[in-house]
Amino acid sequence: MEAPLKNRKALSLRVPEPDTRPGDSPDFSAMQIPPAGAVPRPDPNVPDHEMRDLAYALIRVLDEDGNAKGPWNPHLDAETLRRALRKMMLTRAFDDRMYRAQRQGKTSFYMKCTGEEAIATAQAFALDRDDMCFPSYRQQGLLIARDYPIEKMMCQIYSNECDPLKGRQMPILYSSRADSFFSISGNLGTQFPQAVGWAMASAYKGDDRIAASWIGDGTTAEGDFHQALTFASVYRAPVILNVVNNQWAISSFQGIAGGEESTFAARAIGYGLPGLRVDGNDFLAVYAATQWAAARARNNNGATLIEHYTYRVEGHSTSDDPARYRPSNEATAWPLGDPITRLKTHLIALGEWDEPRHTAQTAEVVEEVRAANAKAESHGTLGSGKTPDICTMFEDVYEQMPWHLAEQRQKLGH
Amino acid sequence: MPAMNMIQALNSAMDVMLTRDPNVLILGEDVGYFGGVFRATEGLQKKHGLTRCFDTPIGEGGIVAVAIGMGAYGLRPVVEIQFADYIYPAFDQLVSEAARLRYRSAGDFTVPMTVRTPYGGGIFGGQTHSQSPEAIFTHVSGLKTVVPSTPYDAKGLLISAIEDNDPVIFLEPKRLYNGPFDGHHDRPTLAWAKHPASEVPEGYYTVPLGKAEVVRTGEDLTLLVYGTMVHVGLAAAKQAQCDAEVIDLRSLVPLDIETITASVRKTGRCIIAHEATRTSGFGAELAALVQEKCFYHLEAPIERVTGWDTPYPHAFEWDYFPGPHRLAKAMHRVMESR
Repeated sequence: MEAPLKNRKALSLRVPEPDTRPGDSPDFSAMQIPPAGAVPRPDPNVPDHEMRDLAYALIRVLDEDGNAKGPWNPHLDAETLRRALRKMMLTRAFDDRMYRAQRQGKTSFYMKCTGEEAIATAQAFALDRDDMCFPSYRQQGLLIARDYPIEKMMCQIYSNECDPLKGRQMPILYSSRADSFFSISGNLGTQFPQAVGWAMASAYKGDDRIAASWIGDGTTAEGDFHQALTFASVYRAPVILNVVNNQWAISSFQGIAGGEESTFAARAIGYGLPGLRVDGNDFLAVYAATQWAAARARNNNGATLIEHYTYRVEGHSTSDDPARYRPSNEATAWPLGDPITRLKTHLIALGEWDEPRHTAQTAEVVEEVRAANAKAESHGTLGSGKTPDICTMFEDVYEQMPWHLAEQRQKLGH
Repeated sequence: MPAMNMIQALNSAMDVMLTRDPNVLILGEDVGYFGGVFRATEGLQKKHGLTRCFDTPIGEGGIVAVAIGMGAYGLRPVVEIQFADYIYPAFDQLVSEAARLRYRSAGDFTVPMTVRTPYGGGIFGGQTHSQSPEAIFTHVSGLKTVVPSTPYDAKGLLISAIEDNDPVIFLEPKRLYNGPFDGHHDRPTLAWAKHPASEVPEGYYTVPLGKAEVVRTGEDLTLLVYGTMVHVGLAAAKQAQCDAEVIDLRSLVPLDIETITASVRKTGRCIIAHEATRTSGFGAELAALVQEKCFYHLEAPIERVTGWDTPYPHAFEWDYFPGPHRLAKAMHRVMESR
């Protein structure tokens, strides 16, 4: 039987697709990139509704020739910039070494932050040391910028006898209260509203520390993202909520998270929060935006959402092969360049850096990583047998071990 | 000593802790000015201030998440989830975060959070205001699960929970808020004032987590119960003329296994009763433990008297609820078994 005729149009389901796939030429021609220095910088204390345009703009400071331009230039001294450059280079060298360690079978898993080094580094520099960070898994730069020993990070990655987390966590899910670095969860987005709660606690106690948290573009689809923004807005929590839009959530392009319909920064507007959209490969822009948001938070004016527009140069993790879903040369076509090169060019333009020093420093950080790794490996790698004491496996489930865990430990033979 | 109902006792516990510890604060839906839909936080905002007992957006995941952040900071948040049936949006934060944080950070970060939530049936709440989800939480290592059955215990256990450095799921049997309901729904409502456990000290005291209470000593069989079923169990023993040893577990994790095993070894028989659904309920865990530890003392199969494995049906409240008649029948069966 035929269906009765209806004078209504057939609906069609839309599933977003990226512009290019493997085999295509990378194409970022649709990207709107304003010149450096073009975006105005409001006072950090003005009401959010007076700066909604910023959520659709792209705050950039460094131009193509390495000059710092416009009102967002944080005017950092050369020494600070050189320290930051070194931290970014160290982070990259660390990533390269740990990626190789995973390929050599010394650990189960690794995640690089290649191309995104400016974000964690600049934010660690812009925040105070005791501001609490609730990171995602690609902010190793925070720990490195805060001078956390890279050897200790490696011991965690190797789950060896010196692993500060006693072999309990997958590689890279670091934790260090002493460095105001919250325990990383493997579940996406959970830390976002937790950071809001920490910030609320700081405000409740009349403290002066603020919190910051990071998620990726894909995780903005989690309920935690929206609850974080709701609670942050309602209680005017002193927190900086960062979305690192690196274009890819494993194999899903940012359009699958709704990035084609609006910017991620613009999510803030509905919550009455300021949303800043920043060139995430521009150290100075990230620093300036963070400093702005921190000033706003410290002044009891509440939270800011910052979208860091960047590109994930490598795979999601060692378990991923991006050549299967995006053009393999897409990273080289990324129009916002490489964050390390851009800061280096800036320092050279200032007359505060040169190629020979850069080459020497590249070798220096590789050597620093090599030496730390040799020490870390001497304490064992995954599967080498040098593990934390197995008796500790039953500890810290509770503050005091209940009888059933003691009984199970005995059954295991310890 | 004043006679308190369970709501007043819970309110008193929070009042005492807000007074004693500036790091204690209360958050949840409608808990502030209004004092909570069951009135458990009545007057606390007025007495202690806006920032110490305040309303939250309707987002249980967010409520628990911010409490975890507060706990990581060093506060002792007390969260109210309006009904246990509404706790599931917070499940990820409870299971993957609160329960795991101490372990995954090797003790670096902890969550000294208490999640209070009314649970259980008997108020015609249908399937979304009657559930008993305790086994979902007892299954999660890192969480403690506590269920009071009297005003005195409610206050003492809640203070212990708030002072505990681990996350505690504090399940309040809402049918017991205003009286020691024994399952005889067709009889006049009992008031707490006539019950000895309604005598509640006004000040600070604790009832330790992990300690059961033998509420009736007996020789015939051991009845393991908690929450509303404590009172149902006592009524059933009377009805069945059974000299049951009734044990109020009070805390499911950590569990007072010694009190349980000592009793079953004495009586040789064991019944477990809970309102929650049967399959994979906490009774299954209790039965397995009793079997493992008391097998050679058992004279009869262990019986479970529980809610049926269906959602809680509004029209059939008393057919669903494991009342004294069903429990009395089970007592007869267990006693007949030779």
